[in-house]
Amino acid sequence: MTATNTKAAPARRRTKSKPSVLFDAPGPRARLRNNILTLVAAVILLLVVYVIAARMQHEHQFSSKLWKPFTIKDVWTKQIIPGLGGTLKAAAVAAVFSLVFGMVFGLGRLSEHRWIRIPAGAIVEFFRAIPLLIMIFFALAGPPAIMDAFGRVLPPVSAFLALVIGLTLYNGSVLAEIFRSGINSIPRGQSEAGYSVGLRRSGVMLRILVPQAITAMMPAVVSQLVVLLKDTALGYIIAYNDLLNAGLRVVSGNFGNIIPSAIVIALIYIIINIALGFVATWLEKRSRRSRKSTARTLTGGTGTPPAVGMDSAIPI
Amino acid sequence: MNFSQLLDFSPLQHDFPTIMKAFWGTIRLALVAGVGSLFLGTVLASMRVSPTPVLRAAGAFYVYTFRNTPLTLVLLFCSLGLSDTLKFHISEDPGTNGFWLAAIGMTIYTASFVCESLRAGINTVPLGQAEAARSIGLTFGQSLRLVVLPQAFRAVIAPLGSVYIAMIKNTTVALAAGYFEASAQMKQMFDTYGGTIPIFVGFAVGFMVLTLPTGFFFGWLSKRLAVAR
Repeated sequence: MTATNTKAAPARRRTKSKPSVLFDAPGPRARLRNNILTLVAAVILLLVVYVIAARMQHEHQFSSKLWKPFTIKDVWTKQIIPGLGGTLKAAAVAAVFSLVFGMVFGLGRLSEHRWIRIPAGAIVEFFRAIPLLIMIFFALAGPPAIMDAFGRVLPPVSAFLALVIGLTLYNGSVLAEIFRSGINSIPRGQSEAGYSVGLRRSGVMLRILVPQAITAMMPAVVSQLVVLLKDTALGYIIAYNDLLNAGLRVVSGNFGNIIPSAIVIALIYIIINIALGFVATWLEKRSRRSRKSTARTLTGGTGTPPAVGMDSAIPI
Repeated sequence: MNFSQLLDFSPLQHDFPTIMKAFWGTIRLALVAGVGSLFLGTVLASMRVSPTPVLRAAGAFYVYTFRNTPLTLVLLFCSLGLSDTLKFHISEDPGTNGFWLAAIGMTIYTASFVCESLRAGINTVPLGQAEAARSIGLTFGQSLRLVVLPQAFRAVIAPLGSVYIAMIKNTTVALAAGYFEASAQMKQMFDTYGGTIPIFVGFAVGFMVLTLPTGFFFGWLSKRLAVAR
């Protein structure tokens, strides 16, 4: 890196977008120190890369035999793309169901009837407190065993269905919570105004609160969909033919190239998720600009809404 | 009709010692990964706010890579790639080796979330605090260590709690890497006794015993340590 380059960069950064709060535009000594630090950091990072690469080289992971499969058309069209299709199909179906689940239970938790509010809250908190994987296992093995007790024989639940059920229950519960905090983030004046023009509770909810909440919570919802898409990879464990399975069982089973496959598959996941992440950021910016909603924009932030016992007002 | 089968809790009693051992596996993994990811996450967060572009880029690369990769893939990479293919072994004993590989995978994955929580926390520290720190002559390292990070840590306790709860639940995925913990035990019992409700409820309660107190503890802590502004 040239000296002129480093000199100009911090000054520009301060005026551009968000300034860093932690350091000033550096003076000559700080610049020297930063340059030395940059050099040291670069050397350390290169060392780390070198150690990994050397290890891979030692085990012959760079040999063209292992990477060649990814240039063959059939590997993509017959193995990876169908796997990707499986992942996207499970994610899409689960996303639709969990949005419905989240809407129903989010509204349920806001109900003024105790006999709706409490069970809805219990269900949402139960599914948020337990791991997704054990739900998937239960969805897979539970129904046949339960029907067996009733003396009926149920065909085994498919891996796809078990995955979708698990994803729906978990992500639906998280979305219910996002939905609830979306509605709660709308100033009280909005619903009061609604009541004062003669709307009933349902009218206030459906005509005033929900439309505004949806704008505000879109970024958080999209972030949760990234989580959902990533969680479809659990399908590997129950042998559902998803992207991970295609890469790590099918491709690497055929060519014995576990590391190259893992890297390629990871890249595909990363690209899809970063694209979805950009959508979330874009929606967030749009929602912050918009004057259509009085609600505070719920950001995707670091993922899930706060767990039980925590204030929902996270200062993020 | 065989309703007694629906409410038969005896498998849980029968296998109780194994179940406890399985949950100990979960707790052990969560503790090690929790400490590891707090350390690695703090290092990464410091990198991402540092004045050195190379470090910032490396931190961002790390976070984007591991936040967007499924945990299953990370853990499988650790067990199949790191251990079986690259011959990276920590211990000769397969059980210990499996544990540390799972812990490394969990740490690598969770650290990216810890880093992002901390970074979000650093952004909640008002500009004036860092400016004041600089104006009394503290260096970048000093202002981070003495002024900004102590406040940031207190602001991120609640989000960090959420990350840790997710991490406790995520330890179940370590089953893909061949590590024996609670979900592996549940799967085994499903195979032996069938997927009955009592077994599921038993394990669900077991996990709730781990996650709910963690949630309440972090909630209590975040209120207690909240920075008054």
